[in-house]
Amino acid sequence: MAFTQNVSAIDHGLKNELGKKGVVVTTLNELYNWGRRSSIWPMQFGLACCAIEMIATACARYDIARFGAELFRASPRQSDLIIIAGTVTKKMAPQVVRLYNQMAEPKYCITMGACSIAGGPFIDGYNVLRGIDRYIPVDVHLPGCPPRPEALLFGLQELQRKIDNQEIENTEWYRKGFKREYPVPEFGPHGLVPKYNPEVWNPRDVDHRKERYGEPILIGKKIKAPDLDTPPAPPKPAAPAVPPSATAPKPAAPPPPPANA
Amino acid sequence: MKTEEIKALIEKALPGVKLKLVRESLLVENAADLPRVAKCLKEDPALKFDYLSSVTGADYLTYLESVYHLYSMEKKAGSIVLRARTDRANPRLPSLVPIYRGAEYQEREAYDLYGIVYENHPDMRRIFMWDSFEGWPMRKDYEQEDSETLEAADVEWLEKRGVKVSDADRAKAEELRKTGKRAVAQKPTGSPEA
Repeated sequence: MAFTQNVSAIDHGLKNELGKKGVVVTTLNELYNWGRRSSIWPMQFGLACCAIEMIATACARYDIARFGAELFRASPRQSDLIIIAGTVTKKMAPQVVRLYNQMAEPKYCITMGACSIAGGPFIDGYNVLRGIDRYIPVDVHLPGCPPRPEALLFGLQELQRKIDNQEIENTEWYRKGFKREYPVPEFGPHGLVPKYNPEVWNPRDVDHRKERYGEPILIGKKIKAPDLDTPPAPPKPAAPAVPPSATAPKPAAPPPPPANA
Repeated sequence: MKTEEIKALIEKALPGVKLKLVRESLLVENAADLPRVAKCLKEDPALKFDYLSSVTGADYLTYLESVYHLYSMEKKAGSIVLRARTDRANPRLPSLVPIYRGAEYQEREAYDLYGIVYENHPDMRRIFMWDSFEGWPMRKDYEQEDSETLEAADVEWLEKRGVKVSDADRAKAEELRKTGKRAVAQKPTGSPEA
């Protein structure tokens, strides 16, 4: 999501000078966003191995509490941030969208790891959703497999930067009647219905995988089956023995030159 | 104990049962004999293969196969591999749940992904995919959906919930509906083995 830099009207030099004298100069917007970004409560919700890294980030060594996001809430009603940590299978996707819908505004979303961004190594699978951004808006995409705890902290800081640049007067979630809910997909006969929500996500015009790999890597790569009934071919017999007379008169052969010479 | 010796032992204990040695594993030629062979492997005092480690489905294009890996906890021996084959059109195999209780979920998994129906299974239904899912996704001829193209059902579902669908997407879905085709993921043109 694009945002514009929110430049403070106060002169920074003057603000620093006043700060040294014990005078705090700020704007309501700045103060308000400082409070918001310093108390992002994530949801206690993990899906796969990325969740292990998320737990490590919350523990003492990396200590996400330094950034005010240590209160992992076990309810979507009390959390500001959903970290999609792990593979989103098609069976789990409706629940993820429902959890996002149940969060109170303002709410944010970080997709953690390759799987939740685009399906990751399982992109060609029949059972894995190719990215949760097909159904809900995402604020920060965090690549990695899995991302290290430092990376998650960086993603959190990026989110804080985004929050810093939001203006209270222009925020949509204080408007009357504002309700942001995304339709929850349903199980269909071959996958989820719908395959994606065109209001949130649309397929790319150009398939970059095709450019990079020559042909799309999709399903049905192995179309042959091994033949078990015929026994495997015996190993080839060794090269015919050289008569001893051919090798004997060379007692001190020089070592072969190295291959790269 | 070598596989050949086990084969000879079973054939001696169960006259009429045909076994074939397929690459270090035992193929039960008549799949109906499978429970008898498994019972013999489990209970014969010389064998005592009391632990069924895994049940695997496999698709060999002309037939489906179920592979069983057995270990002996008592004799610290294993593994012995059993195979049973069935045809693709009506895949049916006898269940091993009455002999090995641990086979229950694994047979359900093989049913879910390959469509092999295990007769005498206490609870034969899908385990991973939802009940309304159609098809057997691990079979080699499974046609996977193209996840980038909206179909008529998707467009209808979205419009019912007030989501705008672009005209191009709607036209594409309508065209698919008219031809009665599904949007299927593309397969590579060349065979990778060639």
